[in-house]
Amino acid sequence: MSSTPASATAVHDRQVDLEAAISIRGLVKRYGDFVAVDGLDLDIRRGEIFALLGPNGAGKTTTVEICEGYRSRDAGEVRVLGEDPADGARSWKAQLGIVLQSGAGDSQLTTREMLTAQASYYADPRDPDEVLELVGLTEKAGVRGKSLSGGQRRRLDVALGIVGRPTLLFLDEPTTGFDPEARRQFWSLIRSLRELGTTMLLTTHYLDEAEALADRVGVITRGRLVEVAVPSLLGGRETAPAVVSWTEDGARRTEATATPTALLRELSARFPGEVPDLAVARPTLEDVYLQMIGEAR
Amino acid sequence: MTATKPVATARPLPSLPSVYRSRASVELKEFFRQRESVVFTLMLPVLLLVVFGAVLDFDLGNGVTFTQYFMAGIIAAGILGASLQNMAISIATERSDGTLKSLAGTPMPRSAYFVGKVVQVLAVTLAIIAILLLIGVVFYDIDLPSGADWLTFAWVAGLGAAGCTLLGIALSSLAKNGRSASATVTPFALLLQFISGVFFQFSEIPTWMQTVAALFPLKWMAQGLRAVFLPDVMAASEPAGTWELGRTALVLAAWCVVGLLLCVATFRWQDRGSS
Repeated sequence: MSSTPASATAVHDRQVDLEAAISIRGLVKRYGDFVAVDGLDLDIRRGEIFALLGPNGAGKTTTVEICEGYRSRDAGEVRVLGEDPADGARSWKAQLGIVLQSGAGDSQLTTREMLTAQASYYADPRDPDEVLELVGLTEKAGVRGKSLSGGQRRRLDVALGIVGRPTLLFLDEPTTGFDPEARRQFWSLIRSLRELGTTMLLTTHYLDEAEALADRVGVITRGRLVEVAVPSLLGGRETAPAVVSWTEDGARRTEATATPTALLRELSARFPGEVPDLAVARPTLEDVYLQMIGEAR
Repeated sequence: MTATKPVATARPLPSLPSVYRSRASVELKEFFRQRESVVFTLMLPVLLLVVFGAVLDFDLGNGVTFTQYFMAGIIAAGILGASLQNMAISIATERSDGTLKSLAGTPMPRSAYFVGKVVQVLAVTLAIIAILLLIGVVFYDIDLPSGADWLTFAWVAGLGAAGCTLLGIALSSLAKNGRSASATVTPFALLLQFISGVFFQFSEIPTWMQTVAALFPLKWMAQGLRAVFLPDVMAASEPAGTWELGRTALVLAAWCVVGLLLCVATFRWQDRGSS
């Protein structure tokens, strides 16, 4: 695997793109001697859901927090909705929604009161009750923030992030601690936000989540973006050999092949009826991802 | 910044007063709904007044009881708790648990956070003064201040609370979290109370301790409030032989300036190590 981005998504232009939701050129961030972000280029289009993948310590959160205006950078250009996050004017912040990895703190306020207070900072907020409904916390409207469970707490963080009607929403590991059902509900929430035109930058450790939600994924290791692609094309997934497996003479057989259809024809000729326990698998996003970060190490 | 940039927000951002109101409401709820802060900040001075008032009811001469003397001191200590201790602990907590960081990511004008805190300190200070006065008048024969004494009361309490609030905000930056803030600020405040003429007559304290106490606001707040609650003949037992109201005003104002400078220099919206 080469370390240049796939040609379809290559950053041709060295200038930052003011029309993009997020445009980054040559971003560098150091902590002492440690280079957390090492010359990163990235463009995120308006309206898309972009998932940033990478192991812990790869520079995901640093990159995201520079875009959010929380951290300074040591070199490079960053434009978020056309503006430099380092300037961070109120009118610029009003267009962002931020769900931090750490979440917000404990509160004596009820969930509805917290949303109402948050809404009061924005020009055109969503109705707090509507947002509670969206994240499935309507029944917890009168419960104090500190009494919520971990998963409810996280949904409240998301609610606080979207109540200001953001055009760009940052989601830093939003579903950590969710049970499978809560994650599915969260996914449909994200899809409905996309329908409304919200651009989203998502970081996650769940590859199935990136695959289910993202229009494009970027893999970041050691502070560099190693590839940006549509989930189904990441790491040459579409041309990677398929693995065909079946049972023959009481034994499990598997074969990796670039031409699975030809193999299937052969198998169907060999067996009179159904091919026993037939399965055809392409490498999962997780397979190619693990291979990519393994090579970069 | 060019004027041609597309701006998505067609509607104007909410006005400052409306955000200030919202933050004030948040801060009042956060304080009065939290059992620990209410008990610690509001009820402790009340308990101390009840216990000391009942136990140490001796005569200081000139028809003045220690309870009257203590009234001034415990109000000063109450203001210290409502401002310095409350700010140092609550802001350190909000910084370490991510509340401040979250707020910094919203278009909330940053001044609104401090306005909310000031409203909280004002409300708690007024509540504590009212409760202490009520108990003093009903159970310990304390006379309410009269005439110009109210004015002295108002500026000593106001200037003292302002200086201590700023100092508390500055101190919050030294602590890692709310728990460690509480562990350092609480003994510091207690020590100040012992050497500043809250629990003992200031004139009975060794001179070097008086000198140390005079560096901090509490001594001046207690002394200024004694001018309010004690007859003027008692001024003779103060170190200077007078109430020193002019110097009190100067020292408290100086603490406001120093506190403000410290706040501006040290205030952080995020935990250390993330910038």
